[in-house]
Amino acid sequence: MTIPVVEARGLGKTFGSGTEQTEALRGIDLVISSGDFVSLIGPSGCGKSTLLRLIGDLVSPSTGTLAVNGKTAEQARVDRDYGIVFQSATLLDWRTVEKNVALPLEIMGFGDEERSNRSRAMLDLVQLGMFKDHYPWQLSGGMQQRVSIARALAFEPSLLLMDEPFGALDEMTRELMQQEVLRLWDETGTSVVFVTHSIPEAVFLSTRVVVMSPRPGRISEEITVELPRLRNQDTREDARYFQLITEVREALRRGETGAGS
Amino acid sequence: MGAGTKRGLARTGVSILTLIAAFILLWEGYKLIWTALGWEWPIRPDDRTLPHIWDILVTLFQPVQRNGPPFILVEARAALLTLREAFVGFVVGGAIGFALGVLFVRSRTAERAFMPYVVASQTVPILAIAPMVVVWGGRLDVPQWLTVSVIAAYLTFFPVAINTLRGLRSPQPTALELMRSYASAPRETLWKLQVPTAMPYIFTALKVSAAASVIGAIVGELPAGFRGGLGRDLLQFSQQFTAAPEKLFAAVLIAGLAGMLFVGLITLAEHRWVLARRRPIS
Repeated sequence: MTIPVVEARGLGKTFGSGTEQTEALRGIDLVISSGDFVSLIGPSGCGKSTLLRLIGDLVSPSTGTLAVNGKTAEQARVDRDYGIVFQSATLLDWRTVEKNVALPLEIMGFGDEERSNRSRAMLDLVQLGMFKDHYPWQLSGGMQQRVSIARALAFEPSLLLMDEPFGALDEMTRELMQQEVLRLWDETGTSVVFVTHSIPEAVFLSTRVVVMSPRPGRISEEITVELPRLRNQDTREDARYFQLITEVREALRRGETGAGS
Repeated sequence: MGAGTKRGLARTGVSILTLIAAFILLWEGYKLIWTALGWEWPIRPDDRTLPHIWDILVTLFQPVQRNGPPFILVEARAALLTLREAFVGFVVGGAIGFALGVLFVRSRTAERAFMPYVVASQTVPILAIAPMVVVWGGRLDVPQWLTVSVIAAYLTFFPVAINTLRGLRSPQPTALELMRSYASAPRETLWKLQVPTAMPYIFTALKVSAAASVIGAIVGELPAGFRGGLGRDLLQFSQQFTAAPEKLFAAVLIAGLAGMLFVGLITLAEHRWVLARRRPIS
C-alpha cells in the first residue's frame, strides 16, 4: 500500500476566539492518493480554501489529524513537498518571468546553472519560453497565471495546490488553461488539489470531485469522475460529462438544503 | 526605451524653463504693478525688500571682496562643504533608519519599545538638539564638519525608518504565503520579497531625507560655528538684509540649487533601480 498524498481525519478549523469565533471546517475526512486530481467545490464560506491552506500548512488545524505524504503538514511544507498557485498570479513585479520561476529554486539553494536550466524548461512546458525576459506586467492575465504554474512546478513537488487559479480569467482563456493543467498533470505525474466554484471546471479536470457545504464547512459528498484520464475539447460535448455536471449540481443543492435544516 | 527617455528629458527641460520664465514674470510683474498702484501689502515692492531678479543675478558674478573671486564661486564652494556634511549625515541617517525599519518589522516588541522614542525624537526642535551635539562632539574631538553631519543624520533617519517599516509590511498576503510555502527563512523573505517591495517607499523617504539633510547641515553649522559652509553665510547675509537684500536672495538661490541637486541625484537613482523595472504608472 502506498502512502496517500493527503490523509485527513476529523479535521476542523475555528478562526478567532470568544464570541468572535467562526467555525470554518468541521469533521473533514479526506484521502487523496498519489496521482489523483481532486477538486474541492462548494459555495463561498464552505471552507474549501481553508482546507487547501491546511494541507499547505499556511494555517494550522484546531482539531483532528492531517498527514501530507505521511508526514505532518508542517514537515511536508518544510520538505517542499508541494507547489501552490493562487487566484492572483502573485508574481514579483521587479523580476523577469524567468527570475520569477527561479525564485523557489533560489530559496531552495539550487545552483545558478540548474536554476536557469530548470526555469527555462518549465517555461517551455507552459509555452512561454519566448517571454522569459519580459516583466510580469507585460503579460496577459492568462500568461501570468501560466508563469505562476511554472513556478509552482519548478522544483518538482509531488503535490500541486491550486486555489481558484482561473477565477479571474475569461471563459476562453479558462478552457485553454484547463487543458494545459491536465497536460501538465499528465506529464509531471504530480497530484493536484484544486479549489473551484465552477462545476464544469471541476468535472472536466478531476478524477474526483469533493462537494462541500457551508456553516460549518464540511464534506457533503464525493463524486468519482468516470471519464477517460485524458480529456480534450470533445469531452466537453460528451453526454457522460453533462451527466456528471448534473450529479455535482444536485449534490451541491442537497448540501445547501442540508445546511438549512 | 532610449528614445522615450530622451523625449522625457526634453519635456522635463522645457517644463523647467517654462517654470523659471513664469517665476521671473510673476516676480517682476508683482514689482511693476504694486509700484505703479502704490500697494504695499503683503510685500513691499521696493528694491530693499524685493530686489530685481537681474540685481540678484548680477550679485552672483560680482566679487565678494575687492579683487576676490565672484560671489557664485565663493558660495558654490560653501555649498559643496555643506553638501558633504549633508551627504555623510544622509548616508548614516538613512542606514540607521533602514536598520530600525528592519528591526521593527521583525520584532513587534522592539517596535512597541522604541517607536515612541523615535517619534518623540522628531518633536524636539533641531535648534535645541544642535548645540548639545556640538558640545558633545567638541569634547570627543570629532572634526567640526562631522558634528554637523550628526545633526543632518538626526533629521534624515526618521522618514527612512517610518517608510521602510511601512514598505516592508506592504507585500500582498499571498506573496508572504508563497514564501512560507517555500519554507523560506525570514532573512530570505526579507531580501527577496520585503525589501524589493519596500523600495518605492524607501526612495520616497530618501527624497524627503535628502532635502532634510541639507537643512540639517545648514542649521547645524550655526551652533557649531563652522566657517566656510552655507549656514554661516546665510546668517551673515540675513543680518545685512536691509543693506544688501540681493545677497541673501542669491545665497538662498544657491542653497536651493544644492538641495535640488541632491534630491535630483536620488530621483535619478530611483529611476535607474526601481521605476525602470516596474509597471509604468499612467
